[in-house]
Amino acid sequence: MPIAPASALPEVTASDQALRRYLHGLPGVDPVGLEARAASLGTRSIKTTAKAYAIDLAISMIDLTTLEGADTPGKVRSLAAKAVRPDPTDRTTPATAAVCVYPDMVATAKAGLQGSGVKVASVATAFPAGRAALGVKLADTRDAVAAGADEIDMVIDRGAFLAGGYLKVYEEIRAVKEAAGSARLKVIFETGELSTYDNIRRASWLGMLAGADFIKTSTGKVAVNATPANTLLMLEAVRDFRRQTGVQVGVKPAGGIRTTKDAIKFLVLVNETAGPDWLDPHWFRFGASSLLNDLLMQRQKLATGRYSGPDYVTVD
Amino acid sequence: MTTTTNPFAYAPAPESRAIVDIAPSYGLFIDGEFTESSGQDRNKTVSPATEEVLAEYAQANAEDVDRAVKAARKAFEKWSALPGSERAKYLFRIARIIQERSRELAVLETLDNGKPIKETRDADLPLVAAHFFYYAGWADKLDHAGYGPNPRPLGVAGQVIPWNFPLLMLAWKIAPALATGNTVVLKPAETTPLSALFFADICRQAGLPRGVVNIVTGDGRTGQALVSHPGINKVAFTGSTAVGKAIAREIAGTDKKVTLELGGKGANIVFDDAPIDQAVEGIVNGIFFNQGQVCCAGSRLLVQESIQEELLDALKRRLSTLRLGDPLDKNTDIGAINSAEQLARITALAETGEAEGAERWSAPCELPSAGYWFAPTLFTNVTQAHTVARDEIFGPVLSVLTFRTPDEAVAKANNSQYGLSAGIWTEKGSRILAVASKLRAGVVWANTFNKFDPTSPFGGYKESGFGREGGRHGLEAYLDV
Amino acid sequence: MSDRLSVFKTYKLYVGGKFPRSESGRVYEVTDPKGKWLANAPLSSRKDARDAVVAARKAFGGWSGATAYNRGQILYRVAEMLEGRREQFVREVADAEGLSKSKAAAQVDAAIDRWVWYAGWTDKIAQLVGGANPVAGPFFNLSTPEPTGVVTVLAPQDSSFLGLMSVIAPVIATGNTAVVVASERAPLPALSLGEVLATSDLPGGVVNVLSGRTAELAAPLAAHQDVNAIDLAGADAALAKELEIAAADNLKRVLRPAAVDYTADPGTRRMTAFLETKTVWHPTGALGAAGSSY
Repeated sequence: MPIAPASALPEVTASDQALRRYLHGLPGVDPVGLEARAASLGTRSIKTTAKAYAIDLAISMIDLTTLEGADTPGKVRSLAAKAVRPDPTDRTTPATAAVCVYPDMVATAKAGLQGSGVKVASVATAFPAGRAALGVKLADTRDAVAAGADEIDMVIDRGAFLAGGYLKVYEEIRAVKEAAGSARLKVIFETGELSTYDNIRRASWLGMLAGADFIKTSTGKVAVNATPANTLLMLEAVRDFRRQTGVQVGVKPAGGIRTTKDAIKFLVLVNETAGPDWLDPHWFRFGASSLLNDLLMQRQKLATGRYSGPDYVTVD
Repeated sequence: MTTTTNPFAYAPAPESRAIVDIAPSYGLFIDGEFTESSGQDRNKTVSPATEEVLAEYAQANAEDVDRAVKAARKAFEKWSALPGSERAKYLFRIARIIQERSRELAVLETLDNGKPIKETRDADLPLVAAHFFYYAGWADKLDHAGYGPNPRPLGVAGQVIPWNFPLLMLAWKIAPALATGNTVVLKPAETTPLSALFFADICRQAGLPRGVVNIVTGDGRTGQALVSHPGINKVAFTGSTAVGKAIAREIAGTDKKVTLELGGKGANIVFDDAPIDQAVEGIVNGIFFNQGQVCCAGSRLLVQESIQEELLDALKRRLSTLRLGDPLDKNTDIGAINSAEQLARITALAETGEAEGAERWSAPCELPSAGYWFAPTLFTNVTQAHTVARDEIFGPVLSVLTFRTPDEAVAKANNSQYGLSAGIWTEKGSRILAVASKLRAGVVWANTFNKFDPTSPFGGYKESGFGREGGRHGLEAYLDV
Repeated sequence: MSDRLSVFKTYKLYVGGKFPRSESGRVYEVTDPKGKWLANAPLSSRKDARDAVVAARKAFGGWSGATAYNRGQILYRVAEMLEGRREQFVREVADAEGLSKSKAAAQVDAAIDRWVWYAGWTDKIAQLVGGANPVAGPFFNLSTPEPTGVVTVLAPQDSSFLGLMSVIAPVIATGNTAVVVASERAPLPALSLGEVLATSDLPGGVVNVLSGRTAELAAPLAAHQDVNAIDLAGADAALAKELEIAAADNLKRVLRPAAVDYTADPGTRRMTAFLETKTVWHPTGALGAAGSSY
């Protein structure tokens, strides 16, 4: 089991001061310009063959998610089945990328996905608030991995980040990365709590420097989750990080993406910002639940020429 | 222009042209109706993207212009005597009809001009309607505009507009003229007469009194006849500096009031602490919006040495994602050059750039076989002495220069016969204010570029012309003050 | 009075804060309206005009960059200095225009008051003609007036002092610098004005005064590519047209000649004629841009 690689830029993570200087030296973000660019890309008109391609790609990028206190093994089994075969009436429909559950449901999900190639992702580190001692977070992570999680979605300590404790956040990510072992690590910033785009850019770089395999917008548990603008900003970050270090990192917007139209807008952002290299479930994911059914209905519409309805797709 | 290996190639998404019904032939709009020219000369207007002939139209001669001026003069008496609140309502009507018909007009403009539907739909048309709406509100408030009580209109305004924003320039001219109680004779550009002729129909729908707006089409000779007509009181011109100077000479010694919106060679200054990603977008917007056929284009990029490489890499990467092609396709970023003549001028200047030793880079894209096209291009290793750093190219060609200190940036930015626009990119507020105050340019965009609004005065210093259009300032050009 | 022989003044140009003779070495006779010799005045050449433009351009950066308050203080200082030399100017204006002492005094008083009027304008005009524009988008948008640059001023031919002040003061109040061609027939008050300006804290080159043939000097100034604007107050219709045509070469801002009552309230027209409007845009951004809920 490989140990997490050393920071891509060791000199900048040597101390809290060095890290702060580095993160605050990143180019600023003009919010109006960023949002205008995201909106402009949102006007792309994706039709016919491009739409069909985008729908299948989007399905294959979904981390089909249930993160409720009321989750039951039955619901998770049902979700797993749906992830493997999203549209029982059409075998050409691709499987989703993963099923995303709480750690205690990992084993159930794993069993349901056996042999399918669909990954099990688990949130960890005292999701969604991240308010626990490091030891608890690490135990949470190890539990999930031990239960069979292929991917770990951790939350950062937003309090520490906003207070300027960058090294603390950095080291915590490093520790979780190590605890996660070979599981791929997604680092959730909870962008809706970071307050500024500059902070999102800094968090992105901090996460990547610490060894994140994915950077992820949000938990889906706060008022504002993934938006075109914050996802665009994170796509710029992974693009620039690869240019500087050679290391490619994935992006996962999560929460609030419910329609095919939304999903395609995000794929346009990927295509025209990070580039086609990221148009792959290995490098881009949607954290979503209801999105899948809308994609399936749109897929049926393209195949049959008539609009579908909710009775023709499965409730999870 | 996405790479062929990209599986996510956007399928064609053309806007339907069925929404617009172009007649095969157009006359002149004089005294509230379409009439034929007294002469026989006719011109054709083509779609620059396909070279397809869209329609024929009349070449107005001096006699036609005289007829139009007389109609406007006759209409002036009543129009200027109307209560401002009544004039306002006509303009509000026009604004609303433009909003209703905006998709039709956007498609029309794209067909006749060659610019992408994305721009006509999202920029030109919304701004056109907003401009009429804005000046409509002034019509009954002129006493409060800061020009003293009861400011009077000038009379008949002769207006000559360019082809780069045909309907928007019409709005910039007609809206303030009518709001202040003037009547107009407007000549649209030779290559883009259609939207002005459609506007005539909007005037009809709005019930505008006859003769208040007259549209005479034709080439430079028509414009010359209009500008030199003794019966006009005001000349408003947007176009080239050369023609602007000729007009200034023409009206010397007369009482005609004049405003000129002319050429530019805008400097877009990027400091090392700029918000880089937004700066890249601003640079692209600055020079590739409307294929760079914009008088206030940021056609000179002044980049601080320390970030030159990083910025140029990012810029080239970004230019490689620009989609050039069918202007009616909703995903098209770069449309056609407006005319063969303009394409030849751009081509010649780009060749001069190469011949003078500047390094040329063009985005890798396939140009359609028919129509007038020019790939987004940038020149590096450019100095102040290069032609491409001094002459207005009016096309999708960016000249990149470097600087080391803010003083040097300002000196280079101001080292131009023009003074229309400039851009500043830095996160340091005090630097923005310091540099903005030193730039000799009428519009300065800081951390943004190519933004327009009816409330915001627009116009140049030096040889970029004089007078301001937009805002309260724009009223002055049409009032006897 | 005894029969002491008086000391004549050698009238000189005022250029770049100095008092040179014309580089041409030429002078011309200046008489009162009845033909009585008053003095010889420099007959400036096109080279003098060129030097004046260089001086005016050099002074522009500093003068336009001075605070409006500072410019106001200096314009007020001009009024103070004029007040101290009131008697001299009354005599010169009376001689130049053939006026009675009391009428000349009225002209001089009005001229001094005009400087006071414009001294008060320097820090107000920007608020009058500039301001924030409520654009429909997330941008802060502000228009401010800025001086056009170097302005050639052809002083009125008839009103040698009040008219002169009425055309110079508004040009420099807003931060322009001026090359002034004095009334051809009555240049002496204008040349004496240089002595006042030189002692009023006005930086050298902000106002430059030439005397000579208006047509001869105006032609190169109207065509000069480093002059930004021209006030044709002192040109007749034929000359004005010719100069307006020449001015088109670099699109100078042109203020055409018009009948003006210099004793009336001058309004703001002579200031706004030589102002540019600069509009600056900046994104406003938004608090909570990243989606936080405050």
